[in-house]
Amino acid sequence: MVASTANLRTRFESGRAGPDVRSDLRVILEPRHTGGVEIELQSRVAPYYGDSIRAQAQEVLAELGIDHAHIAIHDEGALPFVIAARIEAAVRRAGLGQGLRALPQSVPLPPPSARDRLRRSRLYLPGSEPKYFINAGLHAPDTIILDLEDAVHPAEKDAARILVRNALRAVDFGAAERMVRINQLPLGYEDLEEVVPEAPDLVLIPKVEHAEQVLAVEERVKEIAARCKLDRAIWLMAILESALGIENALAIAGASERMVAMSIGLEDYTADLGVVKTADGRESIYARTRLVNAAHAAHIQASDSVYGDVGDLEGLGRWAESARALGFEGMGCVHPLQIPVIHQAFAPSQAEIEKALKIVVAFEEAQQRGLGVVSLGSKMIDPPVVQRALKLVERARRMGLLREARTAQGLDTT
Amino acid sequence: MNNTLELVKNAAGRVVPAEVNGRKQVAFPGIGKHQPQGAKAAPPIRAARDYPAAGDKRVPDLETALRQCGLRDGMTISNHHHLRDGDAVALMALQTAARMGVRDLMWFPSASFPAQAAVIELMEAGVVHHIEGSMNGPLGDYCSQGKMRGLGVLRSHGGRWQAIQDGEVHIDIAVIAAPTADAFGNATGSLGKSACGSLGFALADSMYADRVIVVTDNLVPFPCVPWQIQGNNVDYVVEVPSIGDPAKIVSGTTEITRSPDRLKIAEYVARFIRDTGIMRDGFSFQAGAGGIALAFTDYLRRMMKDAGVKARFVRGGSTRYLVELLREGLADYILDGQTFDLAGVESMARDPRHVATSPFTSYNYNGKGFFNQLVDVVVLGATEVDTHFNANVVTHSDGRLLHGIGGWQNCLFAGCTILAVPSFRDRIPVIVDEVTTLTGPGEMIDVVATERGIAINPLRQDLLDRVKGSPLPIRRIEDIQREVERICGGKPQRPRLGQNPVAVVKWVDGTVLDTVWQAVF
Repeated sequence: MVASTANLRTRFESGRAGPDVRSDLRVILEPRHTGGVEIELQSRVAPYYGDSIRAQAQEVLAELGIDHAHIAIHDEGALPFVIAARIEAAVRRAGLGQGLRALPQSVPLPPPSARDRLRRSRLYLPGSEPKYFINAGLHAPDTIILDLEDAVHPAEKDAARILVRNALRAVDFGAAERMVRINQLPLGYEDLEEVVPEAPDLVLIPKVEHAEQVLAVEERVKEIAARCKLDRAIWLMAILESALGIENALAIAGASERMVAMSIGLEDYTADLGVVKTADGRESIYARTRLVNAAHAAHIQASDSVYGDVGDLEGLGRWAESARALGFEGMGCVHPLQIPVIHQAFAPSQAEIEKALKIVVAFEEAQQRGLGVVSLGSKMIDPPVVQRALKLVERARRMGLLREARTAQGLDTT
Repeated sequence: MNNTLELVKNAAGRVVPAEVNGRKQVAFPGIGKHQPQGAKAAPPIRAARDYPAAGDKRVPDLETALRQCGLRDGMTISNHHHLRDGDAVALMALQTAARMGVRDLMWFPSASFPAQAAVIELMEAGVVHHIEGSMNGPLGDYCSQGKMRGLGVLRSHGGRWQAIQDGEVHIDIAVIAAPTADAFGNATGSLGKSACGSLGFALADSMYADRVIVVTDNLVPFPCVPWQIQGNNVDYVVEVPSIGDPAKIVSGTTEITRSPDRLKIAEYVARFIRDTGIMRDGFSFQAGAGGIALAFTDYLRRMMKDAGVKARFVRGGSTRYLVELLREGLADYILDGQTFDLAGVESMARDPRHVATSPFTSYNYNGKGFFNQLVDVVVLGATEVDTHFNANVVTHSDGRLLHGIGGWQNCLFAGCTILAVPSFRDRIPVIVDEVTTLTGPGEMIDVVATERGIAINPLRQDLLDRVKGSPLPIRRIEDIQREVERICGGKPQRPRLGQNPVAVVKWVDGTVLDTVWQAVF
């Protein structure tokens, strides 16, 4: 044992514990020069996983090249990927384990994300709160966002990116697309370094005002992916959160081939304008419609902001319906209970689907018969109406709404 | 602790004591295999000549009442738990007995609560010998650690009635907290500042105890109606300033959980009941007052409305969610065993379709049938369930006593029993290889619903057939178990348990289903 030097910091902490904490742990690491690894464990699950936690702590420290240390773990039922992340964060805070990673066991990667997949709901998960990760996929959002930006305290950025990296490896998010919101550059580069090797489907870039910001992220993503021989789509999405960003919306939307969607951050945007954010969003109508237009011009998706009042599901439903009417294809959510409401609001109604189906059928018949003009009964259908109907039917098909309608019409038995 | 007990293996393969607190036991022989013999117990005959001619049975205080009841060492004193954690009467009775210098009492509550933790001091002082009744919190820990002199006996609500009725437990003095009573001893829980709704759990005590004392903080002139407790069974009436803390007797409001995972479970259960056709005109159901159960009731209410389906009756513990069903015409009756919130208490007091029941009508197996056999579906909780659908509700996985059986075992006799449980709590899987304490045999448990899917007992091929083609996530219980073990980082270690029994779990017919072993913690 080595006596600690009075002036040197000798204890390095990470994570959280306490009566209100669940699925996390606090690690206090004291590196030593001799004596091997000594583990002190306090855990509410000690009778069931005490041996497992001790063994994992040994293993993680060994992987990070720590041979001598005292480590105190106060565990609140954390899962293994969290335990590994918290220990690694403490080791890095001690300035040790440089260039080493203690990666948890991985679940199979989901199939790669398609450029134009459904993105009706994107569920924000604070990057330093592992308890929200575990069952997020069960609530079936189209996308989950592991948020390293606004939801993470500046002093916790380092630990959160390790946790998020581990979550990308070890947590099964079901059919949801896995997105990471990085910090603004240059801090965002450190985020990319940690998370890109774990193949997120999408990187969400905050506070974008210029196309160059997108390009900088794209370049770094490509570089890291090439370095780790990652051959898999990693898409980009930008959030515009200022008047300037909105004015540059078209350039941003078209900045990169990897751009698939664009959204707006209304808190920051209204702050930039110095106006109050209201329930019906009158003050942001220009910004939102401008964004929708730019997104469509660049053939990417427009996605609305979040609706912050979790208790008001009716208000959310109204907001989402009006967002759909403006041309948005989805929006953010901050609680799983918002997901079904949003999916419902962004779904076309059965009446809309049935009308569109009739047009599509008429269009197909006209094509088969080599007719240039599509008509329904005595009415001629204009080509843009046909196009809109085709888009709507395709969207309804992806939402799983089609079979019912087609069967009801006797149109489809497949 | 007595560690020289003779142990036998019962039909469920569990090792149980052959004798409990000096009384020979029947080891669980299988469901419906035990044939009770003989006649029911009965209290001594009393005559009106021994009671005040004008029917005024009041005495100045509880000590006087206990003395006149002939309280002495080794007696059994009973209480009910309708006042829940707000109850002051049970402690009042036992502490009065302590002041009178009495020792070695058996305390026989219908359930105990953390408010009664001071009974530990009375056990340490020798006033109380042991407790037969549910124990949790500090009392549970005390028993789990093997510090109680006798064995704890955990019974279901129906099993408690059965034990009293069959003479397994003889109550010397029942002390009944009554939110409203008259001087003759008629009592009701529906009225008064300490109103709690039903007094059903005290009914057997009032009928079978040698002596009965009613303690009230709301004395009304005769008649106190409805007389849930009949004064004809009562020896003495004691008036006190307060029988408990109203804020803890019922909750002002009961709120549905906002946990998305729990809501998911509740929604799955409601959809299961709808899609299997159990939800149909004239059906019946029971769910408790836990977070998942309340949310389930609310989901089912909406589905019943959408489908235009009405229940003939629903079983309480009632809350405002059941009361809404009644008011909206979605149920003809609430048959209520206990009342959890103000809306429930008010409804029972005013609405004749909201009927107070007792463990005799609802739950008692040693009777000519019981109401819960007529319930189509019940939704219950559990701490653990194994891959054979055996379930535990009384202990933590490390053996510590967690809560009582309540009506849980009795409810298993419904047409369909659904356990609605998260697949793991913290890191601890709920689906295990073998339950720590067997509380309900797997052959009685039909469905385990978790946020990761719904498992149907293979014994219920009919239910499996009825969900074919349903979009519900129907999975094998082993598959859910495997997935959860992967998430949690492997199978949990087996917690170390001690060698000494600290309590037994009775089955509904009085036979011994399992043993609770001393916990090491």
